[in-house]
Amino acid sequence: MSGAIGRRSLLAAGGAAALVPWLPAWAQPIASGLPTVGGADIRLSIAHRMLSVDGRTSHAIGINGTIPGPLVRLKEGTTARLHVTNVLPDEDSSIHWHGLILPFHMDGVPGISFPGIAPGATFTYEFPVRQSGTYWYHSHSGLQEQMGHYGPIVIDPADPDPVAYDREHVIVLSDHSALHPHGIFKKLKQMGGYFNHNKQTLAGLIAGRDQPLNDRVAWGAMRMDPTDISDVTAAAYTYLVNGHGPADNWTGLFAAGERVRLRVINASAMTTFNIRVPELAMTVVQADGLNVRPVKVGEFQIGVAETYDVIVEPEDRAYSIIAENSDRSGMARATLAPRPGMTAPVPPLRARPLATMRDMGMGDMSMDHGAMGHGMTAPGEPMRHGMRDMKGAPSVKDTPAVQSISPMPVDRTGEPGQGLEDVADALTYRDLVALDRNPDTRVPSREMQIHLTGNMERYMWAFDGVKMNEVTAPIPFTLGERVRVTLVNDTMMTHPIHLHGHFFELVTGKGDHAPRKHTVNVQPGGKVTFDLTADAPGDWAFHCHLLYHMHAGMMQVVTVRAAEDAA
Amino acid sequence: MALLLLAAQPDAMAHTVSAPAPGCTAEHAAMGHCTMPKAEPPPPPPSPPCSPEHAAMGHCAMPAPPPSPGCPPEHAAMGHCTPGEPTTAPPPSPPVGNAPPPPAPRVDAADAIFGADAMAPVRARLYAEHGGGSISRIMLDQAEVRVGSGETTYSWDGEARFGGDIDKLVIKSEGEGAFGGAFDRGEGQLLWSRAIGPYFDLQTGLRQDVGPGPSPTYAVVGVEGLAPYWFDVEAALFLSDKGDVTARIEGSYDQRITQRLILQPAAELNFALQDVREQGIGAGLSSAELGLRLRYEIAREFAPYLGYVWEGKIGRSAQLARAVDDDPSRSSFVAGVRFWF
Ligand SMILES: [Cu+2]
Repeated sequence: MSGAIGRRSLLAAGGAAALVPWLPAWAQPIASGLPTVGGADIRLSIAHRMLSVDGRTSHAIGINGTIPGPLVRLKEGTTARLHVTNVLPDEDSSIHWHGLILPFHMDGVPGISFPGIAPGATFTYEFPVRQSGTYWYHSHSGLQEQMGHYGPIVIDPADPDPVAYDREHVIVLSDHSALHPHGIFKKLKQMGGYFNHNKQTLAGLIAGRDQPLNDRVAWGAMRMDPTDISDVTAAAYTYLVNGHGPADNWTGLFAAGERVRLRVINASAMTTFNIRVPELAMTVVQADGLNVRPVKVGEFQIGVAETYDVIVEPEDRAYSIIAENSDRSGMARATLAPRPGMTAPVPPLRARPLATMRDMGMGDMSMDHGAMGHGMTAPGEPMRHGMRDMKGAPSVKDTPAVQSISPMPVDRTGEPGQGLEDVADALTYRDLVALDRNPDTRVPSREMQIHLTGNMERYMWAFDGVKMNEVTAPIPFTLGERVRVTLVNDTMMTHPIHLHGHFFELVTGKGDHAPRKHTVNVQPGGKVTFDLTADAPGDWAFHCHLLYHMHAGMMQVVTVRAAEDAA
Repeated sequence: MALLLLAAQPDAMAHTVSAPAPGCTAEHAAMGHCTMPKAEPPPPPPSPPCSPEHAAMGHCAMPAPPPSPGCPPEHAAMGHCTPGEPTTAPPPSPPVGNAPPPPAPRVDAADAIFGADAMAPVRARLYAEHGGGSISRIMLDQAEVRVGSGETTYSWDGEARFGGDIDKLVIKSEGEGAFGGAFDRGEGQLLWSRAIGPYFDLQTGLRQDVGPGPSPTYAVVGVEGLAPYWFDVEAALFLSDKGDVTARIEGSYDQRITQRLILQPAAELNFALQDVREQGIGAGLSSAELGLRLRYEIAREFAPYLGYVWEGKIGRSAQLARAVDDDPSRSSFVAGVRFWF
């Protein structure tokens, strides 16, 4: 390890470092123009602009003129003061600091934390910086996030960073569309499978692809489409790295022998990415901003709004960073290279995955068949009549927003995510172990279940069958209480569920070193359990971070009140 | 920041926190603007901050524990894993309690800071916006020319929806006529459509027929939705202002041949509870239309098609037709376009 120290070199950062003298090297790469803001007073300005991706220009919303917005660089132990001006002419805006622990009224969700930022107005966010790591920020107003209103946050630790690295690159992944987000949402409402151009076909059946006939019949009986992996696909999206399309090829430079830290942020509206750097192992050192024990992987799935920091040690050659949409309809691509202009081969998209019985919540009933990658082979009654048994989920309201109830949901935190079933060295949540001991290791005093429900045909999404517009009461917590929460996914899609203002500990058998997260991907038909210490008084948003799921109603408010206040 | 620390300190991996001279930040030092004090050898760390995990990362000192099986050599070589990582599962913890949840307060914490007046409208919009939107879809499923025995005719069949997830206004229209000849028959329905389950809507409202013949008004009650095996189905019961009861069942299925080429078999059956002589309808199954259309989706919203349609009167209706020398059935080749927006 000490051998690497001699090779550390600031010189590699080159002259660009002089422009932003207090910056590490992440922003210097040739294709990136992302500026960085820091210091005692940070000014951010939200405005319309045009974005050029792979040679095509479309309308977008930028912050300080860029997409993504500038890297907000904070320091643990200081006070952040961010003056945010909304230059949009005719709509309110906001910035939510995703994953940051702060007073609820600085959290930036209009209608929950504050009234929002009116056109022309400036709102000053001020809060103590109590953590370090990789985070991000984005609009919580309307569908602005889809239009480019997002950016990275890096908080440098007050103490020396336990992660050793010579250079860092921030990798902001996103999905950009020339379609207006309201247009995308309307298409989904009009036709749930509108963007799926990889459905099963008769031609495929004859060619022996995809499900055999009896599986197709059985899935048809249940009105379930095994190709429904992503609601919005490459048919509408170009996938970006730091605002650059695959052809733009954002390039991050390094010097051979360096330990390079990639701070990967999934700032997409709708895209679950599978990330790999072919021929280069990645060591995961941080998840959702908090350090984890290093774990070496070949690929990892990142849900929307999650972050992972990985260390790579590239040799003196170029590498492609590949982030495939989990439905394999498209990819984001960037390059890591020792010198500008170098590229590495870009592997073709892999075969798109098909949902299995496990994804329908058939759990272990499907072990035999599901393990082989194609659903059921015996279209039997036991499966069919179990598809919407409301008795299996008494807390779920029987509404049209509930297309199915997982009859046998299983804990899938040991699985790497859709499309990665066959990748042996892919990360799973069970590989994550917190580096630091958990701050609260009490046994929860109560437990609760929340069901993730949806209806792909009507494009309705909700918690417990009740869309936010029909919700009558928030989800209450008493300040300081510790609660075990189980999220049960009754749908065939992966949902990245995010709780504002808190970290929670995933219950994956890691004792007092449970991995702590702000966003958790709940796999289709599966469940995830976490322990939550409700230590942040106020009202907090709780929602699926797939933007159009949230917009369709998959959102709630969590309230945390001191015991004497609750009533 | 960390990079600079590392760059500025030859022995950075020891991560000594050495206070820089006042006015000389690590940033400036890295730029060569001033000189940082040279890093001292690591002082003995205070014990609580130096957890085994941190020690393993190499930035504080602990007596080196022997590497454990949980720390593979390649990680240990990087100094990056945790000797002493537990290799056995943690002891089972006591069971989770079953305390009751607290009562749900109102969502109003922000009112105390920004004022209820400022928050109330924004909060109302937040709730309404997440799940409460309205959408329209106007679809002309069939707009076609029919060429067969007899004259060439045109026909259409479409539906428009306006509203939210549960309640919608639905307008349906279908009809046909001959080119250069008489407009034959048309109908419009104005319906309130309510979701009654994940797949089906209950629809009630009025139907008005138009055309040269009798043009009754009907009360309508029906269902529309998606049946198992992906069949789109509609069923409706009509009560005319003359007291006649008729019914209609329609179904279709989209068989994707490729992603864009879709074969759609469709069937419509009409029933009558009694004879409706002025319309040539006999009691029982009165007429049917069977179609097979092959469409090509240039876009999802725009798909030209070719097909074959058989339409005919059946049973007593067929007898009534023959009685007035009408051909009770007809088959045609069709060409048309399906579009929606
Ligand atoms: Cu979701």
